[in-house]
Amino acid sequence: MTAGLWELVLQGTTTTLQLLVYSALLTLVVAFVVGAARTHRSRLARFLAACYTEVFRGISALVMIFWVFFVLPVAFGWQLVPMWAGTLALGLTYGAYGAEIVRGALAAVDPAQREGGIALGFSPWQRLRLVLLPQAVPEMIPSFSNLLVELLKGTALVSITGMGDLAFSGNLVRLALQQSGRIYAYLLLIYFVIAFLLTRGMRVLERRLKAEVAR
Amino acid sequence: MSWDWGAVADFLPYFVSGLVVTLEALALGSLISFALGLVWTLLLRTPTRWVRWPVGVLTEFVRDTPLLVQLFFLFYVLPEAGLTLSPLTTGVIGLGLHYSTYTMQVYRAGIEAVPPGQWEAATALSLPVRRTWAAVILPQAVRRVVPPLGNYVIAMLKDTPMLMTIGVLEMLGRARLVSQQHFQFTEPLTVIGIAFVVVSYLASLCLRTLERRLVR
Repeated sequence: MTAGLWELVLQGTTTTLQLLVYSALLTLVVAFVVGAARTHRSRLARFLAACYTEVFRGISALVMIFWVFFVLPVAFGWQLVPMWAGTLALGLTYGAYGAEIVRGALAAVDPAQREGGIALGFSPWQRLRLVLLPQAVPEMIPSFSNLLVELLKGTALVSITGMGDLAFSGNLVRLALQQSGRIYAYLLLIYFVIAFLLTRGMRVLERRLKAEVAR
Repeated sequence: MSWDWGAVADFLPYFVSGLVVTLEALALGSLISFALGLVWTLLLRTPTRWVRWPVGVLTEFVRDTPLLVQLFFLFYVLPEAGLTLSPLTTGVIGLGLHYSTYTMQVYRAGIEAVPPGQWEAATALSLPVRRTWAAVILPQAVRRVVPPLGNYVIAMLKDTPMLMTIGVLEMLGRARLVSQQHFQFTEPLTVIGIAFVVVSYLASLCLRTLERRLVR
């Protein structure tokens, strides 16, 4: 492989990482909003949140990406920049999985903690922010770590719409060199290294957060 | 937003045959992942470290890298190695291999969840290893294994559209052909989106029923 082709792969890696960061942020926001709504007092909020998770977990991520890229512009006249379209499709889909993680972790907090918050006269928002989340968040980390790896793998799907991410640049290199085995092996290796670093980083984060709760 | 019901009626039969391809890939991919996952689990339980170590690294690698790139890898590398398979066969192998690294963990958890007393009792009765597995361990493990395996089948269903990229005409592949020919994106893509929600919702309902029966 020539230096130019490696540069292409490097650019693809940067785009993939960028997409990963943006969609991870959106995933997190969706997960916490929808997950908290599933434990809300109002029945309507719970129902809407449940509908959201059922629908977005039911649709395939790839179908969702096609929908955002091809249906939104034609049907609604919203043409998004590829990076934002990819972020939207991935964030909405993986956010639905994240919502289940948040819901599970909130449900796993000892009910006495919630009652303690009520006894102290905390508002629901204060209860969530000061009592429930600090205990629930460290429990969420291992599941979110898995979800992050799934999201990383999901970013490769966006390459089908022609976004210049790692999987896409790998295809270009393959076409340039007319040899496939080596190129795809390199790609898999790069994805694996990113995933490895992500899971290690999340493990460190988990240890820190748990130490804080123990204090 | 305009919606053309006539177009929906026109391409619906075409999508239904795409759904058949999707379900075919799902069934075969699931079978491969169930079998291969069991093989990995058993290999990881062997006493030899020279077997466990490579299997552990390989499965972790497969689990943490994108299925899409794995499909490309198989699709372009197998012919280079002198093995030319149809797109559907390649796709099924890819799905099965990828998901076997997930089912493997399910089996492991299922086997580990059988109380150690059961192993000890089998030893006390001096049951041979084979009978211990067949009569004591597996019947108890299966009950715990079925629900999570079902979850992975549903997850696999949602990954089948990726087979489009190597030329399998499943639902999304057909939707793409139709939308390019007629320059109509809204109807085909929305219809298959709904189809996926319906199929995976039905599948999860079936799974919940099955779960309740098994736990009882």
